[in-house]
Amino acid sequence: MPTIKYILRDGSEHEVNVETGSSVMQGALDHMIEGIEAECGGFCSCATCHCYVDEPWLEKLSEPSDAEKEMLEFTFDPMPNSRLSCQITVTDELDGLIVRLPEEQS
Amino acid sequence: MALSCVVIGASHAAAELVSTLRREGWDGEITVFGEEFYLPYHRPPLSKTFLLQNQTPEDILIRNSDLYDRLSVNFRLGRQVSKIDRAKKQIILGDGVKVGYDKLAICTGSRVRKLDVNGGEVRGIHYLRTVDDVKSIQASIKTRGKAIIIGGGYIGLEMAASLKKIGMEVTLLELSSRLLERVAASELAEFFARVHGEEGIEIKCNKSVSSFESTDGRVKAVACSDGSVYDADFVVVGVGILPNIELAEDAGLRIHNGIVVDQYSRTSDPDIVAAGDCTNHPNELLDCRLRLESVPNAVEQAKSAAASICGKKRAYASIPWFWSDQYDLKLQMVGINRGYDEIVLRGDYKSNRSFVLFYLRQGQLIAADCVNRPKEFMVVKQILSKRLRVDISLLSDESISPREFIVG
Repeated sequence: MPTIKYILRDGSEHEVNVETGSSVMQGALDHMIEGIEAECGGFCSCATCHCYVDEPWLEKLSEPSDAEKEMLEFTFDPMPNSRLSCQITVTDELDGLIVRLPEEQS
Repeated sequence: MALSCVVIGASHAAAELVSTLRREGWDGEITVFGEEFYLPYHRPPLSKTFLLQNQTPEDILIRNSDLYDRLSVNFRLGRQVSKIDRAKKQIILGDGVKVGYDKLAICTGSRVRKLDVNGGEVRGIHYLRTVDDVKSIQASIKTRGKAIIIGGGYIGLEMAASLKKIGMEVTLLELSSRLLERVAASELAEFFARVHGEEGIEIKCNKSVSSFESTDGRVKAVACSDGSVYDADFVVVGVGILPNIELAEDAGLRIHNGIVVDQYSRTSDPDIVAAGDCTNHPNELLDCRLRLESVPNAVEQAKSAAASICGKKRAYASIPWFWSDQYDLKLQMVGINRGYDEIVLRGDYKSNRSFVLFYLRQGQLIAADCVNRPKEFMVVKQILSKRLRVDISLLSDESISPREFIVG
């Protein structure tokens, strides 16, 4: 099972195993990691699962959809490495992925 | 002795409530009673990916079972609760077993409204609310068959899109003179009628279904009161849902279009909270009471309810929002358009598939329906949640970024 590291806004780090096929958002919810709201539950509809992907991992992710890009643009403090964590499917290739959570979910 | 919290209903609200309870420091027992045989799962995918992509219930769980184990949340599934005895602080199960509680959470959600017409008790007539509903739909559909959908609300429209994708010939019958009568402006209805028409769905309004015709115990046609008859291999009914309030009502809790709760999700009994579709709750931001059929509402209310159980106060203060995915359309609705007196259009709903309807009341922005317009959705959600001031004159101006709607 791939390991994902979530770095919270207070700097604390949480390394957890997330099943392949699940999402980075679901991994946070299944491990009670605070800072991911996921109001819609993972359907790219609310942008409350915003995260920053550690740069080296960005190229391993599939391109965001137009809807995701547009919503990201209007999240609290968007950055070039912003993604919606519900749209990142966990694969073996992502073992070790590091994501940081923003100050605020919109 | 440790206190015990009993949750009735293994719903979305329940999933959120039990995990928040542990986060808030509840160290007593937690037991959830659910009528279905599954852990709480997401319902929105049922009409879409779950139906089309052969997902399993495990694929759509709200939290995985490992988390519930780690949190020591005990699920008793396939169990019906028949009574709440407030005097003895216990619930009584369908088989007579009594279970005591210190705190009780009612997360019973809602159920489909059934169509009460002749001949409805045959095979091939389906409703859509649960995993088992979809399993029976999957067993019943066949490519190139004739599907009749009864009801032009969001469930009916999402099912139309999905059944078309499977390759069925789809006709949708709506009782009123247009689609989405109960929930949206006529402009949005007109838009969806056009798109579904373009996708090959036949939409018939002003159709009151009067009976089902069948052969060998299986539906073969749908008859309407105006004499029209539609051949059918398969029928899906989506005519709304009803809140599951009966247990609360029988227990003497206050009911008024749902189980009445305050902003902390507390019912009229100090030891009982309620959250989700089944509640009627105050919305401070909108200054009114609402009963909402929506996931975000269930989630937010459950958080307030969990805090209340732990003796904390976490007021519910969220702007309602909803979404529906059909074909290449992402519809995101935010706010409540009740009592609107003006609509401002951004974009073109008559020939395009991307536009916004802004609803105004006395010059104030109160809601928006955004079709393939995630930016506008995000901005309006922020405006309504934070009560930001808006320059109404800019809403329709496509040369201006939605960000600039906000004044100051």
